[in-house]
Amino acid sequence: MYRQTEIVQEKSPGIVGESGEFTINVGPQHPATHGVLHLVITLSGETILKVEPHLGYIHRSIEKMCESLTYRQFIYVTSRMDYLSAHINNHACALAVEKGLQLEIPPRAQVIRVLMDELTRVASHELWWGAMAMDLGAFTPFFHAFRERESINDIMEETCGARLTMNYMVPGGVMQDIHPNFQRRVKEFLKLYKQKIHEYDELVTGNIIFQNRMKNIGILSPEDAVSYGCTGPTARGSAVSCDIRKIYPYEIYDKLEFDEVLEEGGDSFARYMVRIREMQQSIRIIEQLIDNIPEGEFQAKTKAVLKLPKGEFYTRVETARGELGVYIVSEGGTTPYRIKFRSPGFSNLSVLDHIARGSKIGDLVAMMGTLDLVIPDIDR
Amino acid sequence: MWSLSHIANEIHRWLNDLFNPTWALIIEMVMAGVAVIGLFAVLGLVLVLMERRVAAWIQIRLGPNRVGPFGLMQSMADTLKLIVKEGLTPDGADKVMFNIAPFIAMIVAMLLMAPIAFAKDFQLWDLNIGVLFVTAVSSLMVVSILMAGWSSNNKYSLMGAMRSGAQIVSYELSAGLSIMTIIVLTGSLQVSDIIHAQNNGWWIFKGHFPVWVAFVIYIIAVTAETNRAPFDLAEAESELTAGFHTEYSGMKFALFFLAEYINVFIVCAIGATLFLGGWMPLHFGTDNAFNQAMDWIPSSVWFFGKTFFLIFLIMWFRWTFPRLRIDQLLNLEWKYLLPISMINLLLATAMAILGWHF
Amino acid sequence: MSKELLKLRITELFPEAAFDESGEWLNTEVPAEKWPALAEQLKADSHLALDYLFCLTCIDWKTHFTMVYHLSSTKFRHNLVFKVKLNREKPEVGTVCHIWRTAEFHEREVYEMFGVNFLHHPDLRLLILPDGWEGKNPLRKDFEDPVNMIRL
Repeated sequence: MYRQTEIVQEKSPGIVGESGEFTINVGPQHPATHGVLHLVITLSGETILKVEPHLGYIHRSIEKMCESLTYRQFIYVTSRMDYLSAHINNHACALAVEKGLQLEIPPRAQVIRVLMDELTRVASHELWWGAMAMDLGAFTPFFHAFRERESINDIMEETCGARLTMNYMVPGGVMQDIHPNFQRRVKEFLKLYKQKIHEYDELVTGNIIFQNRMKNIGILSPEDAVSYGCTGPTARGSAVSCDIRKIYPYEIYDKLEFDEVLEEGGDSFARYMVRIREMQQSIRIIEQLIDNIPEGEFQAKTKAVLKLPKGEFYTRVETARGELGVYIVSEGGTTPYRIKFRSPGFSNLSVLDHIARGSKIGDLVAMMGTLDLVIPDIDR
Repeated sequence: MWSLSHIANEIHRWLNDLFNPTWALIIEMVMAGVAVIGLFAVLGLVLVLMERRVAAWIQIRLGPNRVGPFGLMQSMADTLKLIVKEGLTPDGADKVMFNIAPFIAMIVAMLLMAPIAFAKDFQLWDLNIGVLFVTAVSSLMVVSILMAGWSSNNKYSLMGAMRSGAQIVSYELSAGLSIMTIIVLTGSLQVSDIIHAQNNGWWIFKGHFPVWVAFVIYIIAVTAETNRAPFDLAEAESELTAGFHTEYSGMKFALFFLAEYINVFIVCAIGATLFLGGWMPLHFGTDNAFNQAMDWIPSSVWFFGKTFFLIFLIMWFRWTFPRLRIDQLLNLEWKYLLPISMINLLLATAMAILGWHF
Repeated sequence: MSKELLKLRITELFPEAAFDESGEWLNTEVPAEKWPALAEQLKADSHLALDYLFCLTCIDWKTHFTMVYHLSSTKFRHNLVFKVKLNREKPEVGTVCHIWRTAEFHEREVYEMFGVNFLHHPDLRLLILPDGWEGKNPLRKDFEDPVNMIRL
């Protein structure tokens, strides 16, 4: 199946409409959309009048697919939703199934899960940082970000066997024990990261051009952030407290010391700063846990075939992009009757039109960067 | 002494011995044309490779290192690829303008080569309004960009071209005014005069404060004029895909690409000539041992060394800074650079009249 | 606020509410025609202050549809679930996108996936599916696509 795109043949004088407005298609293949997002923007000169997202270029109907997969199988599909926080997606699904089974998972598995989540969050924010700087025309940060991200990917590869779609979390714990090198490699990463983190501020954050591009751009008020269902760093940049790890703690997050990062302002720069500071909070969590992984089982004993009781189970976790909700409706069988993924990107995207109106095209790119859109997460 | 001017003089003498002066002149002109085209090709290859290696160095990676020794043949391979590629002309495009535009870009770049002194007494045409010629011709560059943008019948191209038009026209003012600073100090528009005036020290050392300001403004303005990051709004990749050359492919694209690099070379060569003495070796005062030691280094090495230093500087900018927004770009020019360079010109004039420079 | 207090408050606003406490959160069933008016009150009410719609979806029960609205309060941090039963033949419910702006996209998604018609929605068009999919609703249980659907 492919989308039939309307091709309008125009002769040169027809480019600009009578009212001086014209539309351009940003995407589905465009360097700034980082995926197959299609935005139809109406412009008056350089000023944006309207942004209209057209979605579905990578829609695989994961929700429908999951209806025919068992509770063990469906988790693997979810790695492909928000591929930058695959661990956290899997985690959310595993939590939902565990909630249905009323399963207690061993402390070792909990700690490993949290460690993996936070490593994923750092890796995701690293990629976001590089990609966003690239949107603004600075290419170098991308490679600097990848230097650190690579070492996280290597850690993941050793333990999970994959670098992007990990499929490591299973109902009851994690699939395998951590690799013997895991702790050493993570400590090496922490050391590397601390040596390099100041480069981020020197190269990008402190740059005057960058600050001029980001400040007072795409202002999102706290009320609008809540109303549009924005979550994650997007909402926290508007000082809306919405970190699921703090509000509705899961696993061992209530026992850990970390701050919910909030920034006043609601502009692109505030959202940028939230993510930069959030990376440091994740590092703080990793530091607390890396030497304190309890001994014991890494997986609770579960039946070979999982059957959830009749009912509805909803879990929410904090991914790198915001609140991911997994809503399972069970009829008591081995497969979910209906499953709904409340993806953070979908709601975060809906705010784009609201914040982009009246700004310039260059700003739109910066705003898309700070919303941190991952297209498979939006389309599912 | 074995130098470029020596070779040129020998050829000139030899041709005049063989033919009558008119034919000798015609042959010399053809040779100069071929030499410029050859220089274009070589510069294109060298600068593209240099850009990629500089980028790689800044971005902690290796860059091209597979084709030929140290990847030196990489740009050759790229050129070959571009030559074999099909040069598409879009259906709705204005075909004549679309196909002419890249050549205009090249012709402008070629014309700008004329007054550049590559070495001591080695210059195609030392016309008496050399610097004026450069500023006048370089403003024609915008014509090719506007032609390309408009004739492509593509909204991205059109926006890129419009941005570029606004940008080049405004930044020319600052570039012109900063060049004026040197002209005021030298009292001549002729390139050879400007270089000889720096016999006892380059303007950047002799002219102190006003020349420093002029130099900084010149570098900023020419970075904008050549559409390079952080002022690459005309082709802002993440916003307009490729700006004015979105619809170009194959060799026609390569000509734009080449013209961009040649322009970078030319503005850096002009900058080196005006501020850093062109081919003039590093001199302090007159007739001392240091100056004589410096004279041992050939003048062409001095010229290319300074030019490539400035090119490196501009490449360094590109791989470090994010891009400005269009309104910020124009603000920077009209609200900051232009007033500063006007006051600076006034200061330089006062300095020239009072003889406060060294 | 505890479940009991929430229940009391909702009953005050809407006397004929039917509650279901089997799940983690309090479920309230509301008839379709009363829903938009109640939704407005839920957000405006100072004790409930349900200002955050974090999930909006639909379930196809083969006999009927159920619209599920997961609501939360950023002030009091309580979560409530509201369900609206819809007729499967002619699924229609008033929009809530003027109350919670996030509903605009979520309702468009439900519209194309289930064919639920949201009355007074400002821009009810296909969002994810390509043109030509009007009337075909992939997430309905009786949807069949022999070419693209692979049964496991």
